[in-house]
Amino acid sequence: MDQAAAKSISMGANGLEALISVLEADGYDVWGARERDGALVLGPIASIDDLPRGRIEQAEGGSVRLVEGPRDAFFDHTLPMQSAKRLVYPAEERLFVTGEDLLIEETPVETRPIAVIGVRPCDLAAMETLTTVFESGPFRDTRFRQRREALLLIAVNCMRPASTCFCASMNTGPRAEAGFDLALDELLEDGRHLFVVSAGSARGQEILDRLDGEAASKEDLQAARDGSRACAEAQTRRMAEGAEQLLKRSYDHPHWAEVAERCLSCTNCTMVCPTCFCGTVEDRSSLDGSEAERWRRWDSCFTLDFSYLHGGSVRKETASRYRQWITHKLAHWHDQFGSSGCVGCGRCIGWCPVGIDLTAEVAALAANDSSSGQQGEERR
Amino acid sequence: MNAIGQLDRSPLQIDSGMLPRPFVVRSRREEMSDCVTLELAALDGEPLAFEAGQFTMLYVHGVGEVAISISGDPAVSDSLIHTIRAVGAVSQALCGLSEGDRVGVRGPLGNSWPLERAVGKHLMIVAGGLGLAPVRPIIYWALANRDRLKSIDIVYGTRAPDQILFAPQLLGLSTTDGLRVGMTVDLADQDWRGQVGVVTDLIPSMLREPAETVAMVCGPEIMMRFTGQALAAAGVPAEEIFLSMERNMKCGIGWCGHCQLGPHLICRDGPVFPYPAVRDLMSVWEL
Ligand SMILES: Cc1cc2nc3c(=O)[nH]c(=O)nc-3n(C[C@H](O)[C@H](O)[C@H](O)COP(=O)(O)OP(=O)(O)OC[C@H]3O[C@@H](n4cnc5c(N)ncnc54)[C@H](O)[C@@H]3O)c2cc1C
Ligand code: SF4
Ligand code: SF4
Ligand code: FES
Repeated sequence: MDQAAAKSISMGANGLEALISVLEADGYDVWGARERDGALVLGPIASIDDLPRGRIEQAEGGSVRLVEGPRDAFFDHTLPMQSAKRLVYPAEERLFVTGEDLLIEETPVETRPIAVIGVRPCDLAAMETLTTVFESGPFRDTRFRQRREALLLIAVNCMRPASTCFCASMNTGPRAEAGFDLALDELLEDGRHLFVVSAGSARGQEILDRLDGEAASKEDLQAARDGSRACAEAQTRRMAEGAEQLLKRSYDHPHWAEVAERCLSCTNCTMVCPTCFCGTVEDRSSLDGSEAERWRRWDSCFTLDFSYLHGGSVRKETASRYRQWITHKLAHWHDQFGSSGCVGCGRCIGWCPVGIDLTAEVAALAANDSSSGQQGEERR
Repeated sequence: MNAIGQLDRSPLQIDSGMLPRPFVVRSRREEMSDCVTLELAALDGEPLAFEAGQFTMLYVHGVGEVAISISGDPAVSDSLIHTIRAVGAVSQALCGLSEGDRVGVRGPLGNSWPLERAVGKHLMIVAGGLGLAPVRPIIYWALANRDRLKSIDIVYGTRAPDQILFAPQLLGLSTTDGLRVGMTVDLADQDWRGQVGVVTDLIPSMLREPAETVAMVCGPEIMMRFTGQALAAAGVPAEEIFLSMERNMKCGIGWCGHCQLGPHLICRDGPVFPYPAVRDLMSVWEL
């Protein structure tokens, strides 16, 4: 985009409703975080009334619930339980159908244009991470691509972190630099309630041009950046530096046995994680066996089956499965895909039934690091 | 080799990746009581070129799909050969196929044995049990390239004398000074005149000039761990030892996460790895 077109606008809070109308007029289903049973879920929204206005999460290890926040903002909450991952990578889908002749009939991807409003910077980063996973290898996932193309991402920069957030220490937030079509900063102060809207793509610019607003003032842009900075500073959790190397020298750390006493291997953490991509395939056949289907669905490294080899599973113990998960996320992901596999969204902390917190586990490993720095290098 | 010590992978293939191609069983040969070699031909006649060391995902209608190495001659691409041991649902179904039956094939997948590295050197091939199947393409290549190699030595270990895979072929090799076959079994019977023990026992005596040797190894992980150690201890440079690794595989193309071995996705970065890239990983508990 050229500089002239890249200008941000400011619009009144009621502009949000207008934005939804523009999206709907363009044929998008509009999705966002909505409140259900005291939690946030990602789903279709009909109007701004469906947004959890004024609500914030009270999150800690093992619990996330919505409570009344201090002010009337639309976006003081942070994340729905599930990210937009499921819109690009469904939890379950049929890949093909075939008769015994094996003339494979691929099941077409059915997409509808969906605009997701309120995507947080961490989840945008997760979308980039998934794109790398499914598109940077020798094979490219065309199903993922078709679904991704159907998505319009409207980011919201965070002004208030949940207590489980640690994006600032992962360099993925709380301000989105790229990866969005539109980004919103919600400013609510001195009796003014407005949105600064910025475009991050040609599609986004085209929508922005149809919104009612004026060029954002220097002050509003500054207020938006200040809000992000304050949000980063307000984060109470952080990932320790050097987690990658620490984990790579901690395969035999005694701490794994200690985590295993708490971890239930329930797979929750992997199911809510916006970057966990592990999957499996299942073959199903009709009763008479003439027709067979191949399904692909999410899987989790916390199951015993995941590492099954004839004769038994490689990772029999919960200790080795937890080690696999966190080491993959924070260390081996760098080798495999060139970035961390964790974007610091904190979902796995809040949704773990026993409140296991990866930032705390890394700190515990570090506190009892048998081979610090130099030695670790030599050992490898 | 790239920065993290993995072999460079073959050029980018852009494909939906998850759709098998129909093949037909052209012939079936029983190797041992529980082991069958299938020769497959593409239904559309389009040959499937592959490199030694690559594998495919073989699909049996309605039963499932598993990773199987190509065990044929890479110079012959109009027939696709796999050797399968029946250990569970899918492999049993594969072994039970007859001539004319259909099989779905995805692939060829993964990287390959770095054959050219052996040119001008001694090539030692070490296989354990069914691990002989994934190294057979190396043997075909080596026999066709004998004059470019200083020597070829095949070291094979298996459970018992009736468990010698490709026995007619292997025993039928006319050995010379430049081509030797060393064999050992875990459990001998009355007629066995050969060695009893593990493959690592044979390695020191069969190595010629260790520093001038390239070794390619396939077998159970524990066997590869000790073979790597034995070869390196005898003086074969660690970076000239290559192993074909195995983990659960559901996609074969880098998307499912099942085949991880520490930093590696075996289907994408392997299955063939230089020894230094996997040496330490093999001794990590439940990795
Ligand atoms: C790169 C590679 C090459 C291989 N080459 C050969 C070969 O040439 N010949 C041969 O007989 N076998 C080979 N195997 C092993 C073969 O894939 C397994 O024996 C097979 O998956 C067992 O499946 P099953 O359904 O019959 O058995 P089950 O024991 O019922 O297995 C259930 C499922 O677990 C997974 N699984 C179990 N064992 C393995 C395994 N060892 N490796 C990967 N996934 C596994 C599969 O998804 C399988 O469907 C190879 C494996 C890999 C990874
Ligand atoms: S590992 Fe946890 S904090 Fe990191 S991206 Fe996944 S769910 Fe979020
Ligand atoms: S860490 Fe928590 S959420 Fe993850 S498997 Fe263990 S108990 Fe379940
Ligand atoms: S088998 Fe799926 S990632 Fe390797």
